[in-house]
Amino acid sequence: MSDAILYGLCGTVLVGLGLFGLIVHPQPLRKILAFNLIGGGVFLLFGAVARRGAAAGFGGDPVPQALVITGIVVAFSATALAVALLLRLFQETGQATLRSDG
Amino acid sequence: MAFDIGLAVLVLGVAIWTITARDTFAAVIGFVTFGLLLALVWVRLAAPDVALTEVAIGSGVTGGLLLGASIRLRRTETPAAREKPGATLRLAAAVLCTLVSAGLATTVLLLPEPAPTLAPQAAANIPATGLGNPVTAVLMAYRAIDTLLETVVLLLALIGMWSLAPDRVWGGFPGPRHHSDPEGVLTFVAQLLVPVGILVGIHIFWIGSVAPGGEFQGATILAAMWILAMMAGLVDAPPVSRRWLRLLLVAGPAVFFAIGLSGFAMAGAFLAYPAAYAKLLIVAIEVPVTLSIAATLALLVTGPPERARQR
Repeated sequence: MSDAILYGLCGTVLVGLGLFGLIVHPQPLRKILAFNLIGGGVFLLFGAVARRGAAAGFGGDPVPQALVITGIVVAFSATALAVALLLRLFQETGQATLRSDG
Repeated sequence: MAFDIGLAVLVLGVAIWTITARDTFAAVIGFVTFGLLLALVWVRLAAPDVALTEVAIGSGVTGGLLLGASIRLRRTETPAAREKPGATLRLAAAVLCTLVSAGLATTVLLLPEPAPTLAPQAAANIPATGLGNPVTAVLMAYRAIDTLLETVVLLLALIGMWSLAPDRVWGGFPGPRHHSDPEGVLTFVAQLLVPVGILVGIHIFWIGSVAPGGEFQGATILAAMWILAMMAGLVDAPPVSRRWLRLLLVAGPAVFFAIGLSGFAMAGAFLAYPAAYAKLLIVAIEVPVTLSIAATLALLVTGPPERARQR
């Protein structure tokens, strides 16, 4: 098994773990954390594809690598916006819950 | 190979800790560790540019943001944890997630041979850009439209965050005011580290044209230095209604877009660079983009306006 496949499989487990956390955790901040784990897993899948595409003297295909850099920055901006929404909810209601009957 | 297996197990172990830890603060610490380990994975996958981005943004800035939020939300943890779903739902979720992972794993194991790659095309276009780092060449030339849209996404996230401010503080100072303690360790560290950090940030940005690095990594270090100076109370965050601040934030995307449009006249397509000036134009885009990204990242971590402007 090549290192690309090994880390690709690692990425698939991360997606599953993150998805589990996203479903079972009631706290919104834990959901945001879990969502970032899913993101890490997806990026790692990209990394495996990039590594397999090593050619032309590069250790990996630079195109998916550049897409992952873009992805990390976009994931951060989404996380920052989600945290801001959550803190505003807390400021407004004094609690941080997603319950609809609350 | 043994190292890779060990690293993969460690990454998964820390990820499990992040999901299962009882305390959210501990989970965030797990997430920061996870990001650092993931950066090692990127180095092993021959992607040092991604590794730098992961350390700086994925682990560093995101970690700082989540740590701050977890401290502010600490007392909501216990009541929220009581809403935990029952055993049946958790079991169903576990089965679903295992199926998703298994499906993805099958895809990974069945990836086509030989692996499709765009590396030769990217390599063929590098001489035209005058750059030495293939990833920077892809970000600034081959897929420049992605990078342009990304700078706009950052700006949109900041506008979204600012618009969460209550009316009475609109246009005011973002985040809490930190007071400087002249005898404090944080003040000392900030005074010592910020000048060096700014130089390192500029270096990482500049070296990005030929070696691992680039505008996002450099901008994150610059942003971290500004955040450190604000946290130590050495400087206060500027009110979000300041005109120079608004100009600084839009300068990067605006210059990028303007040079992209001038590509129609000079080279016949949007974001096309005439061969003789390619490197010059790329640097002309990268400098304002780096400054704008640095300011946007720092303000995204600082948060929406919380204190009204004195009139």
